[in-house]
Amino acid sequence: MPSLFATTREYSGITLVDLSGRISLGDGSALLRKTVRDLLDEGRTKIILNLGDVNYIDSSGIGELVSGFTAVRNRGGELKLLNLTKKVHDLLQITKLFTVFDVFNDEATAMRSFE
Amino acid sequence: MAPETKHLEVTLDTHVESVNLAEEMCVRVAEAAGFNEDECYRIGMSVREGVINAFHYGNQEKPEKKIHLEIELTEERMIIHVLDEGKGFRLTDVPDPLAQENLLSTSGRGIFLMKAFMDEFDVHPGKTGGAELVMAKRLPTLGSPHSNGNGSAPNPGAPHQEA
Repeated sequence: MPSLFATTREYSGITLVDLSGRISLGDGSALLRKTVRDLLDEGRTKIILNLGDVNYIDSSGIGELVSGFTAVRNRGGELKLLNLTKKVHDLLQITKLFTVFDVFNDEATAMRSFE
Repeated sequence: MAPETKHLEVTLDTHVESVNLAEEMCVRVAEAAGFNEDECYRIGMSVREGVINAFHYGNQEKPEKKIHLEIELTEERMIIHVLDEGKGFRLTDVPDPLAQENLLSTSGRGIFLMKAFMDEFDVHPGKTGGAELVMAKRLPTLGSPHSNGNGSAPNPGAPHQEA
């Protein structure tokens, strides 16, 4: 069974990616990478990753989030994070990535941040 | 009679699946040893990062090489050794992932996470070459913060290193 699932929604030029499962070494990190690359290939550069159902991220997954953040920024877009679980929140905090990513607790505010 | 040390040794293939296997095994041992859910998560994550390090950096993902995992349970601590068959490295040569210039690096956080999540962490030259990561966590005792299910978040920027 895949360790990560991703579904995308689009509103007003903003793409929300709902992720659930684990972003870890192997297929989880690979799926996140592919999802972000596919969106960029389609010209979608305003991206919100909804991590509300992501219960586990390892260093490989953190690396993939950073890679996605950089790739989107290099295309002139923005990648933001929504609904961090406590474990993911703590991980981003101790790795100081909380200062790098725009992080939101509700979808509407995350959407408005692109205005 | 001398206190008994429980000991488990496993040789793993250099394969992505070994990362999950090592994590699951260590979490089961940690659960049986009485660690709470938060501590089991931290131990599992640390073992996972140790085996990823052996798989990717140590053994360079070469399938003919092996990863040696050893778990010891003493009366006081759970000690985990992860030994690879690579060239070895020195802890002092590992870049600080919290340095401003490394914040956007896509790798290099595994050692930091092991230091942050375990009570002790060190790297030794392996007996047969390679690097041996040694990490330990004090066993929970009644009334300790480890045993009440409310373990605090790891200390940001100040990983514990006692080894």
